[in-house]
Amino acid sequence: MIRWINKQKYILFLTVLFVVSLLLNEVIPHHFLTFTIMTLLTLCAGFHIFKKAIMDIRYKIIGIDLLVTIAVVAAFIIGDYFEAAAVTYLFTLGHVLEKGSLEKTRSALKSLMNLKPKVARRIENKIENMISLSEVNVSDILLVKQGEMIPTDGIIMDGQGQLDEQIMTGESMPVDKTKDDSLFGATLLLSGYLFMKVTHVGEDTSLSKIIHMVEEAQDQKAKTQKFMEVFASYYTPLIVLLSIVLLIVTKDMRLAITMLVIACPGALVIATPVSYVSGIGNAAKKGILFKGGDSIERLAKGKVMFFDKTGTLTKGKPEVKVIKTYDHDENDLLRIAATAEMYSEHPLGQAIVDEAKRRGIHLQDEHLNTTFVIGKGLTFEYNEATYKIGNHKLYDHIMDERVNKDIDYLESSGYTTLIMSQDERILGLIGLMDGLRDHAKDVMNKLDRLGIKERIMLTGDQAKVAHLISKELEMTKTYASLLPEDKAKIIKSYQGKELSIFVGDGINDAVALSYADASIAMGGLGKDLAMETADVVLLGEDITKLSDAIKISRKVRSNMIQNIVFALVVVAILMVGVVFEKVSMSLGMFVHEVSVLAVLMNAIRLLRYDLGGLKNETFKSQSVHQVSPHL
Amino acid sequence: MKKTVIQLETVTCPSCIKRIEGTLGKQKGVLSAVVKFNASKVEVNHEDNILSDDLTKVIQQLGYHVIEVHQS
Repeated sequence: MIRWINKQKYILFLTVLFVVSLLLNEVIPHHFLTFTIMTLLTLCAGFHIFKKAIMDIRYKIIGIDLLVTIAVVAAFIIGDYFEAAAVTYLFTLGHVLEKGSLEKTRSALKSLMNLKPKVARRIENKIENMISLSEVNVSDILLVKQGEMIPTDGIIMDGQGQLDEQIMTGESMPVDKTKDDSLFGATLLLSGYLFMKVTHVGEDTSLSKIIHMVEEAQDQKAKTQKFMEVFASYYTPLIVLLSIVLLIVTKDMRLAITMLVIACPGALVIATPVSYVSGIGNAAKKGILFKGGDSIERLAKGKVMFFDKTGTLTKGKPEVKVIKTYDHDENDLLRIAATAEMYSEHPLGQAIVDEAKRRGIHLQDEHLNTTFVIGKGLTFEYNEATYKIGNHKLYDHIMDERVNKDIDYLESSGYTTLIMSQDERILGLIGLMDGLRDHAKDVMNKLDRLGIKERIMLTGDQAKVAHLISKELEMTKTYASLLPEDKAKIIKSYQGKELSIFVGDGINDAVALSYADASIAMGGLGKDLAMETADVVLLGEDITKLSDAIKISRKVRSNMIQNIVFALVVVAILMVGVVFEKVSMSLGMFVHEVSVLAVLMNAIRLLRYDLGGLKNETFKSQSVHQVSPHL
Repeated sequence: MKKTVIQLETVTCPSCIKRIEGTLGKQKGVLSAVVKFNASKVEVNHEDNILSDDLTKVIQQLGYHVIEVHQS
């Protein structure tokens, strides 16, 4: 704080000196007092610059500080005190302003870091103790109450609650969690009461890993950035040489040193990184992690997209889609089936229970004398009748032709079909399928509008199921029954033709990923491998982030191009101005500093770049659960 | 070998990187020094007997303000 106030005072002091110099230069230009004030300003403002310049000589760096120092000293030699004073003042002022703007481009990450919780409530011998977060160890049992922040990563031991995980996933919808579910530090418990067991602390928590990844990403140099730096490193010495040549040829010291001052490629070197830093920071806040500038560039240029099906386009777990009954109430059938499956660990059983709950059917715990028939289904007794529920293997022979026809229809349409009977009479059929992710269709339309030429589905699943999903999403092409190496081969066949993007869940796709030009992993939170391998990690399960990621990457890329073009044009204009003696040293410095600030301001726009889109757009609700009308 | 991470006040110019890396790299017992420009952090790998205070002193002498030091 004191430093900050001192800095304010220092800049104010310099500004006063500068204004006095300006006035004196007009009123009594050649007076002793004028020279004194100007020299004082040069020394006060230039002190830091000269110190750094001397350091740079030691490390053989030709940096901006050295160039400015040479120019200022030369200006003094030729008696141009005002120019010397103005240049040092503008340079110092510009530097302070740049620092503020640069801090701003990096602010997105700071806001993440400030979210780290400070305290935790540990349970020791049944007593609650408030302790500082640094004292928490793995395996500790913590209590979290409504409205509090989850202190660190862990699993729920007891209790349930609604969690706001927006800071991790960027998704605003609260998530319900219960026993055995994972918790992430710094997320918020909106309602409920949880006992949790700590699994990760300190640097190992998801939040720390995300922060670390973003830091690495922001510092990873992209191709464009490397090119600009190489360019700048040749360009600066070249300008020095040019100044010397100018001095020898024209014998005009003023012209030579003006050239030196405008030479510094400040805006150029800064142009590319600031766009990336802002863009990566903003995306991270939305639950989209870019691995670096290169990832952004490759994603922005992608024209063909490959999708894994299960867990990427679909939720990765079955859902009840169709119920067909034969003279029996649909909800009653579901109620009986769900009662029997209530404690089932099988995904199909869980899907039936979920569907019953979704329809608001009240389930009672009853003793049903259940027998599991592995690979087929189960039988149970209820209200003095024997029920069976399972696939066709559970039934020897079904006599009713109508039922057989329906089973054939469902199975050929790609549904996993369960048959339910009461005392050998068929009550009904339940068709299940791995459901599409919410808004998957809208995202596909968005991708088309973003100019993605082909959307190709690659899946290891059987063709029937694949084509059903593919038809619903209007995929350009679909390849089914693939082995992982087949996926890689297909992607490879596109190499050199179109730039490709692969989207998967990041777990079984390592080979495929390596052949695509860019890769996106979905639902990466808590999956270390996915976070490491993909170019872009979508932390949450929300597929809408996919089109957001592509939009951000393109926005960042165009922002960066704007900056580079602007910086080059400014330098070119200045050079021409200097050669025709229209640009003085101080004007050159002024334009230089303004151009750096302009580039920074342009990058800061990326921080405010809101994708708007999905939250504001009204979705045609996808009736994922709707019962199929085909039967 | 120990690793010290030093958080600096916002680093603004690319030549700052060379300055800090160069100076720290020449210190006795320092194995490597890397400046993360955008994070304004210095990561120093050094021998066990080097104190983080010595490292921060070197950086401060160069004119950079040290905010936080983390040794692991």
